[in-house]
Amino acid sequence: MSTITLHDTHNHDDHAHGHHKETFLTKYVFSQDHKMIAKQFLITGIIMAVIAMGLSILFRLQLAWPDKSFPILETFLGKWAEGGRIRPDFYLALVTIHGTIMVFFVLTAGLSGTFSNLLIPLQIGARDMASPFLNMLSYWFFFSACVIMMGSFFIQTGPASAGWTVYPPLSALPKAIDGSGLGMTMWLISMILFVASSLMGGINYVSTVLNMRTKGMDLWKMPLTIWAFFLTAILGILSFPVLVAGVVLLIFDRSFGTSFYLSDIVIGTQVLPNEGGSPILWQHLFWFLGHPEVYIVIMPALGISSEVISVNARKPIFGYHAMVYSLIGITILSFIVWGHHMFVTGMNPLLGGVFMITTLIIAVPSAVKTFNYLATLWRGNIRFTPAMLFAIGLVSFFISGGLTGIFLGNASLDINLHDTYFVVAHFHLVMGSAAIFGMLAGVYHWFPKMFGRMMNDKLAYLHFWVTFVCAYLVFFPLHFLGLDGVPRRYYAFTEFEFMQKWVTVNVFVTWAAIVAALAQVAFLFNFFYSIFKGKKAPQNPWESNTLEWTTPVEHLHGNWPGEIPTVYRWPYDYSKPGAEEDFIPQTVPFSKTMSSNMPHDFEGNAESERIQNEWNLKQQKLEDAKQD
Amino acid sequence: MAVLAVMVTAFANTSAFAQEAAAGAAAAAPAKPVDMGPIYKSVIFYAMLFLLLCLFIAIVGKALRVYELTREAQGKSTGINWNAVNGSLFALFLIVGLYGVYWEYTVHGNMLLPQAASEHGEKIDQMFNITLIITTIVFILTHIILFTFTYFYKSSGKRKAYYYPHNNTLEKIWTFIPALVLTVLVLMGFLTWRSIFYKVEDPNNKPLNIEITSQQFAWTIRYPGKDGVVGRKNFKLITGINGLGMDFKDKNNLDDQSADELVIPVNKPVKLILTSKDVLHSFYMPHFRVQLNTVPGMASYFEFTPTITTADMQVKTNDPAFKYLFYCSKICGSGHYNMQKTVRVVSQQEYDAWIAKQPTFINNDLRKQFNLPVVAEPAKGTADAAETAKDTAAVKTNQLALKK
Repeated sequence: MSTITLHDTHNHDDHAHGHHKETFLTKYVFSQDHKMIAKQFLITGIIMAVIAMGLSILFRLQLAWPDKSFPILETFLGKWAEGGRIRPDFYLALVTIHGTIMVFFVLTAGLSGTFSNLLIPLQIGARDMASPFLNMLSYWFFFSACVIMMGSFFIQTGPASAGWTVYPPLSALPKAIDGSGLGMTMWLISMILFVASSLMGGINYVSTVLNMRTKGMDLWKMPLTIWAFFLTAILGILSFPVLVAGVVLLIFDRSFGTSFYLSDIVIGTQVLPNEGGSPILWQHLFWFLGHPEVYIVIMPALGISSEVISVNARKPIFGYHAMVYSLIGITILSFIVWGHHMFVTGMNPLLGGVFMITTLIIAVPSAVKTFNYLATLWRGNIRFTPAMLFAIGLVSFFISGGLTGIFLGNASLDINLHDTYFVVAHFHLVMGSAAIFGMLAGVYHWFPKMFGRMMNDKLAYLHFWVTFVCAYLVFFPLHFLGLDGVPRRYYAFTEFEFMQKWVTVNVFVTWAAIVAALAQVAFLFNFFYSIFKGKKAPQNPWESNTLEWTTPVEHLHGNWPGEIPTVYRWPYDYSKPGAEEDFIPQTVPFSKTMSSNMPHDFEGNAESERIQNEWNLKQQKLEDAKQD
Repeated sequence: MAVLAVMVTAFANTSAFAQEAAAGAAAAAPAKPVDMGPIYKSVIFYAMLFLLLCLFIAIVGKALRVYELTREAQGKSTGINWNAVNGSLFALFLIVGLYGVYWEYTVHGNMLLPQAASEHGEKIDQMFNITLIITTIVFILTHIILFTFTYFYKSSGKRKAYYYPHNNTLEKIWTFIPALVLTVLVLMGFLTWRSIFYKVEDPNNKPLNIEITSQQFAWTIRYPGKDGVVGRKNFKLITGINGLGMDFKDKNNLDDQSADELVIPVNKPVKLILTSKDVLHSFYMPHFRVQLNTVPGMASYFEFTPTITTADMQVKTNDPAFKYLFYCSKICGSGHYNMQKTVRVVSQQEYDAWIAKQPTFINNDLRKQFNLPVVAEPAKGTADAAETAKDTAAVKTNQLALKK
């Protein structure tokens, strides 16, 4: 390990002294510096999140006031909202693109892309990613994917409208719905670019974590954030290619007349020639990615919150090893649970029983994580920084959303809950709220590292409380709609007598969503204002142990001006008894903290233990002498 | 712009005030006097309202800043203790939240589906209740723990946190207990699931086969007729007059009947054969806890036994207009939100009387097409019914053709 590090340092120095002249283009646009790429991912992610949130407000308006017209909508949306009322097929396009953007562009690229890029080199002590060029490419593929996806709003037939899971035949047949024309083609191209981006990122993250850790940074000294990003990247590398396989087959079915997913289809009275395919094949391929995907979304958020909670509770994370093992458990199990999305698709019921067992097992590591968070807070010395608030919010949402998952993971209960609002409520709590809160916690916590300035605390408190309360107001009542048998993706509740009673709830939920959306203005303002005008950040604003806070506030390519620091201890020595301060950075050797060392710190190193014992004896004698 | 400028200068806020303000904004809209109608509809109004809110927040922020600076100038402790504020807000959130959960459970919880109207549905409901009780207990307890910890262990600046990196016994306990509870749930769920999908056929009580075919925004119900078997069909035979593509060379098709609603006799097993003509749909009949996707190119099966007649359910729910429904729950296109049919559960006698009146699919046009002997003059009632059925089918086809 040390040789690699030394070599790297050397190489970099040569580079810096030699021909390294940065232009605007290489510094801000086609940057190969992981910190800049992280910022690019973050800001693109935020913009996409704002767009997707805007789409959700549009369809919430439709759900709350199905018979009112909003002339402003026609101004912006034209024929898709003729007379100020959203058309049914455009409503489906809205939910489809909202889901796609949020799951893939915000919570995968925006979350993993930002924080893996920023934190992996900084927290393991590397000068940059293993392949900075691939890293740059990863961002630009992602950016192109975003542009193409948004571009589908500007074509005549509109964006893809078959739901974010784009189940064929609906997504394969332009005659079945307009959005399955050019819009769907663009969706597929965008998704291939996106997967390419995420693969390039993932390979980079894994190789960086495995090969470029600084001296002393063995795997069990890595912060939980790095563990989470590392395992997330592995998940992505193993599951995303399967989605590409599925997408390629879908492209074949759509454009070249094959029948992978299509069989026995008659549109109107036009008999299609396809025979022998199965729509269920797509579902298997899609959910083989799709389920790991939800862990790709939540694991980085869990990693971030582990770090943030530990730092701000001023306590070591409880059960560090259990936290890592539960992440590993989730990673492995997430590959064998995809069928729980398909209990009622007509898949062989035998499989349903098997997938139910694996699914409910995955609740165990999740429960362990939750209890460990609670134990970390116990007898802590909690500082409510904005990041901490969001991390606590994450724990709350993770509990609520996780528990509703126990209903849905149970195949028998899923019969009546499948594709209802209960599902919508469930995954918006775990992904839409918990993962987003993890991302926001990360933004507030590492903003000083990214931009060298602080965000405003009070505006952040406002942002947190309004968002936290409103997220519950939006998603909690939706469970009950699902329990009453209201299916998701319904354009209006007007056609069913029994749904009338939920219209008032819809109005309430829409208002809560609007207030939550407005609260994000506080965040956006705070974020962009603080980039330029925020208070200058100190080197280690949160008094944290991890390596990134040993780098200078002003960014430089290569992260550390001199040699990369050596790591001596795990990252969670907070409030260690006997220590002067309530935190001991990873770079402080045990020889400098003789008063706080504990027997197991030395991991069985006899020499160190001997030295410590000698020191202890000497201290003891001094004490005794004092008392005499 | 002025407002933004104020926001730029004043840059500190309090959550308490802001929440009020946000709530104020939410409350402002519903209280509409009549003559203000057009104004309330204009976007400018809401934009102004929002800017006003920003201004208010900015002023509050400024005031807080002034307060903090004066405290500092007076040499007193530094302004507001935000740790205390946030910690207390979490405690408040817990109390209000618990009441909110209670309210939701009692108010919205009473607006749900009535009791299950099928045999397996009762098992599902039982399973649901057990899961609900367990998860609610965990939900309440963990939230109480979470928010009391955040309240009691907020930083006071005087205390050091307790260094407590791990405790293997504790961790084993909270790995083992969830594992145990989940094992119980898995076992119960697994047995229930098996009992729903793996039924042993009782030769004395053979299920009634009914085929349901979905297409974009409509359902076709096919009863098997006297032979009890729905006949073969082939999608290539689908035409305007043969909507399902029934192959009338198969004798089983000759007595198959069509119906506008799903009528089933109570306490008799029903085996649904679900198919689709175009895209995926989902046959969803929540009162009976029945849902299964309809898949083009593949039949799927769901067997259940209804236990409560529509009339009985009307009494139980105290709603004379109550009716069972089935509808689509898998996104299938622009008409997805309105794809429903009525289900009637009746006594065996009522069913027998009703089914006798239902028209067959076959008619003279089809007989000609399949080279079958044309029946000269069928019984009058049936002919009329067949005629109307055909008409509606034709209209449907036309509509579809128009749409495309």
